[in-house]
Amino acid sequence: MQTVTRETLLDKASALLASGEVSRVLGWKKGEFAYDVTPAVFESAEEMEKDFVYDIFSGANFSKYLIKETAKEGKVLVFLKPCDSYSFNQLLTEHRFDREKVYAIGIPCDGMMDASTVKALAPEGLVSAERDGDNLVIHTLYDGDKILPYADNLPDRCRHCKSKKVVAYDEMLGENGDVVDSHRFDEVAELEAMSEDARFAFWQNELSRCIRCNACRDVCPACTCEKCVFDNPKSGVENKAISDSYEEKMFHIIRAFHVAGRCTDCGECSRVCPQNIPLHLLNRKFIYDIDRNYGDYMAGAEEGSRAPLVNYKTEDPEAADVLERGDK
Amino acid sequence: MAANNRPEALIPVLGVATDIRIDTPDVKTFRVVTPDGKKAFIHKPGQCAMLSIPGVGEAMFSITSSPTNEEYMEFSIKKCGCLTDWLHAMEVGQQITIRGPYGNAFPVDTAFAGQNLLFIAGGIGLAPLRSVINYVRHYRDRYGRVDIVYGSRSMNDLVDYQEIINEWCKEDGINVHLTIDREQEGWDGHVGFVPNYVTELNFPTDCIGIICGPPIMIKFTLAALEKMGFSKDQVYTTMEMRMKCGIGKCGRCNIGNKYVCKDGPVFRFDQLDELPEEYD
Amino acid sequence: MMKKCPVSALNTVLTALSGVAPLYLPVNGKGKDTRAKYTKYEDGMIYSTALNTVRSAKDFFFPQTENLVNFKVDGKNIEIIDPREEHEDFILFGVRACDYKSFDVLDRVFLSEPVDSYYASRRAHGIVFTMACTRPAETCFCTTFGIDPSEPQGDVSCYMTETDVYFDAKTEKGEVVLAKLGDLLADCEESTVNEQKELISSRMKALPLSSLSTEAFGGDKLDKLFDDPRWESLSESCLACGTCTYVCPTCQCYDIKDFDTGHGVCRFRCWDSCMYSEFTKMSAGQPRLTQMQRFRQRFMHKLVYYPANNDGLFSCVGCGRCLASCPISMNIVKVMKTLSEEAEDNGSK
Repeated sequence: MQTVTRETLLDKASALLASGEVSRVLGWKKGEFAYDVTPAVFESAEEMEKDFVYDIFSGANFSKYLIKETAKEGKVLVFLKPCDSYSFNQLLTEHRFDREKVYAIGIPCDGMMDASTVKALAPEGLVSAERDGDNLVIHTLYDGDKILPYADNLPDRCRHCKSKKVVAYDEMLGENGDVVDSHRFDEVAELEAMSEDARFAFWQNELSRCIRCNACRDVCPACTCEKCVFDNPKSGVENKAISDSYEEKMFHIIRAFHVAGRCTDCGECSRVCPQNIPLHLLNRKFIYDIDRNYGDYMAGAEEGSRAPLVNYKTEDPEAADVLERGDK
Repeated sequence: MAANNRPEALIPVLGVATDIRIDTPDVKTFRVVTPDGKKAFIHKPGQCAMLSIPGVGEAMFSITSSPTNEEYMEFSIKKCGCLTDWLHAMEVGQQITIRGPYGNAFPVDTAFAGQNLLFIAGGIGLAPLRSVINYVRHYRDRYGRVDIVYGSRSMNDLVDYQEIINEWCKEDGINVHLTIDREQEGWDGHVGFVPNYVTELNFPTDCIGIICGPPIMIKFTLAALEKMGFSKDQVYTTMEMRMKCGIGKCGRCNIGNKYVCKDGPVFRFDQLDELPEEYD
Repeated sequence: MMKKCPVSALNTVLTALSGVAPLYLPVNGKGKDTRAKYTKYEDGMIYSTALNTVRSAKDFFFPQTENLVNFKVDGKNIEIIDPREEHEDFILFGVRACDYKSFDVLDRVFLSEPVDSYYASRRAHGIVFTMACTRPAETCFCTTFGIDPSEPQGDVSCYMTETDVYFDAKTEKGEVVLAKLGDLLADCEESTVNEQKELISSRMKALPLSSLSTEAFGGDKLDKLFDDPRWESLSESCLACGTCTYVCPTCQCYDIKDFDTGHGVCRFRCWDSCMYSEFTKMSAGQPRLTQMQRFRQRFMHKLVYYPANNDGLFSCVGCGRCLASCPISMNIVKVMKTLSEEAEDNGSK
C-alpha cells in the first residue's frame, strides 16, 4: 500500500511554495474535532504546518474551488484524489478554469469518511475517529471505543468507488490505481426493479426531507452556471422553499437533468446534504442509462471528450428504441 | 405607530388607483384611495407603504403626498423592475393592495420645527421629500427659510415639474433651484450636477439639510455640504434597502442593529456613521 | 410536585398525552436517514432519545413555509382572504434546553410590536415538554450562552434515567396537562433528580467546547469586529448554501412570495438566508456584494447586532446543529474562536 501521509503532502507543498512554483495551496484545514475539516487556502509553509490536515476526513473535492482560485494572481497547488481528478478534467473540458494556473498533485485514495457517516456509527458523543490498518476506530464520550471494518463502513460513494485512478495531474505522489468494478449501479438496478409505486414512495420519502438549502447545487462541480435558474426570480421556479409537495422533486430532477452527461459521480451532493438524501442515486441513474444507450462513458475520464448526449453518431439508438428499453 | 393598531401587520388592505399621472418618461404618480374613497391610513412625512399586485409582487415605496392631504395618497414610482413595470402598465380603476405606514418619518414636528430647511434631491429622490415639502408648505409659519435644490438628467426627467413651477416657485419664502445634467433646448435654467450646484449656491449653515437621490449624488452632496461647514448631525437622508415584511422581522434590510424599514428609512448622517459600512 | 413513570410505561403516557392534544416528538427516521425528527405521535411510536433532532423545534412556531394571505383577482378587482383557521393546542415533547431557549430568541423578534400574529398564535397553543440532556454531544456549547441543560425550562421539564422518566410542571399550562394524566404518573420528591442534574453538569464541564467564551462579542463590539481581516479566510470556502441558516433554531429571516395557483394567488412566506446572494439584491443595487460580507452579516447578527437590541442576549443557543451539518465544516464555534484570538496572530490576511 502507498504511504502518502500528511508529511508527504506537507513536504511537497512547502517545497513548491519555497521555490515560488506555486503561491497558494488548496488544502484541508483541521477543525475542532476529527471530522470537521474545512477546505482552505494556505499561503505559507508555516500556515500549513499549523493547520493542514490529511486524514480519513479529507474528503472535500477541491476542483470547483479552482474556478475562483485561478482567477487570482499566481499558481495554485491542488491535491487531487481520483474522484476529484474526474471533476478537474470535466471542468477543463468545459473551459471553466485556466489549467496553466494550477499545479495538480495526484494522490491515491482508499476511501474517505465523512462527518455524517461516522456520526451515524456513533450518534452520541463522538470524540474522534481514525483509521488503524483495516479498521476504523471511533472514540466516544459515553460508550468507549468502537472498532469497525473501515472499508465496509465507508459512505456509499466510496464503498462503491468507480475509480482509484487519478486521471489528471502534474505529479503523482504514491502509486496510481485503476478504474475499478464498483457495483455502483447495483442500487440503481434495485430501484429500477421496484414497482412504479414503490419507487415513487422511495423518492417521496427521501426527497420530502429536502429543505432547499441548495448545498447539493453549491458544492457540485458540474453546477457552475453564473446564475442558476433556481436563483432567477423571473424563472418562475426560484422559490427557496417548497410551495407544494411537487416542488422539491422538481428541483432535484431538473438539477439531475442539467448535470446529465457531465456529472463525474464524485458524490459530493450526498456528502453535503444535511438531510442525508441519497442524491447521487439520481445522477447514477442517468450515468447508467447513458452507458446502456450509448456505450460506456465516464465524464471527466479524459479531458476534452465529447459526451454522448452532445455528440451525434449515426449508430446512436433511435428515440423509440430508448423508450422501449425504458419500458422494460 | 399606526401599524401597531392593525392586528395583521402582513395582511394588506385594498386600494384603488384613481388617477395616474405621467411625470417623466419613466416615472408615474399614482393616486390611491380605499374602495370607499378614503385614505388607507394616516402617515407622517417620509414614511413608506407596501404596495402590491397579487401574483406580481410587493414592494416598499415612499408616500409622496403630504399627510395634510386628507383625500388621498400619492406615490411617485420609477419603472425599474417587475412590479413597477406592472404598475406603469395599469389603468385607472385598478385595485392594488396596500399596507403601512412603515418607518420613522422625518422629525418635522421636533428637530425641524422653527428651522431653516434645505432640501436637496436628485431624480426620483424627490419622491420622499415631496411629502415633507408639502407638509412644510401647509404649516409654513412653523418653519423658517426653505430652499429646494432639485436636479435631474434632463428637463423631462424632473418629477412633479408642474407642481414645482406652478406652486412651489410662486410661494414666498421658498427658493427653488432647479438644474439639469446637460444643456437642453428650451431650458434656460441652471445646468450641472446637483453637488456642484449646491457648492455654487453656497448655503449658509444655519439650516437643516435633507438629501435624497442616487447613492453617488448623496455622497458628493454630503461632501459639498461638509465643505461649506455643515456638520453631519444637521443633515438627514432617507435610505433604500430591499424589504419584505416592513416591520423589522424578515431581516432583509438589517444593517448593524438597525432595520431600515422600522428604524429608518430616515437617518441623520452622524447616525449612519455608527452603522457598519454596508451602504453608499 | 415532581411526578414520574417507569421508562417501560412511557408509551402509555405518550398515548395519553396524545389524547390531550396532538403530540409531536422526536422519532428516528425511515429510509436513508434514520436520524431523529419531530413526528406526530401515533400509537406504538418510539420516542427517540437522540440528543438533537436534525431540524430544530422552531419549525413548530415558524414553519419553513406558511400561507399568509390569499387573493382572488378578477379583472381590475382583488379580493383579500385571510386563510387562517384557528390553531388548536399541541404538545411538543422532548425539546432540549437549547431549542427551548431559541423560542425566547424568536419571541423577541416575532412578539415585539407589531406582533406577528401567525407566530403568536402557534406559541400560544404550544405546550412544551423539555428533556434534560443526559448525554450531551461533543458539539454542544449551550452553557457558553448561559443555558443549563440540567434545568431545562418549558411547561413541563422532564428527566430520563435508565429506569424512570420524571415530569416537573413549570407552568400552569404544564400542571393542567399533567393532571389529565391522572395516576399514570406517580408523585415523587424533587430531589430524586438531583443526581441526574449533577451528572449532566459534570458532563457539560467535560465537553470539548465547554471553555468557549463570548467575551469578545456583544452589542458594543461592532467597531472591533466588523473590519477584522480574518472574515476573509473564515468565509473563503463558504459555498453560500443555506444549510446553517435552515438548521439553526434562532435564524428567523424570511422571504414573502406570491404563488399563482391558477385559481388564485397565495402569498406565502418561507425561510430565507442572508447567505444567499439574492437576499439583499434590489433593482437599484446590492449592498452586500461578496460572500465574505454575507457570511459576516450572519455571524455579526448573532453575536453583535442581536445582542445590541436584546439586552445582551446572543442569537445562538449552542445546539451544535451547524457544526454537524455545514458542508465545509465552518461554523460559529470556529468563527468565535478565531475572532477571540488576539489580532497579532492574524494569519496571513
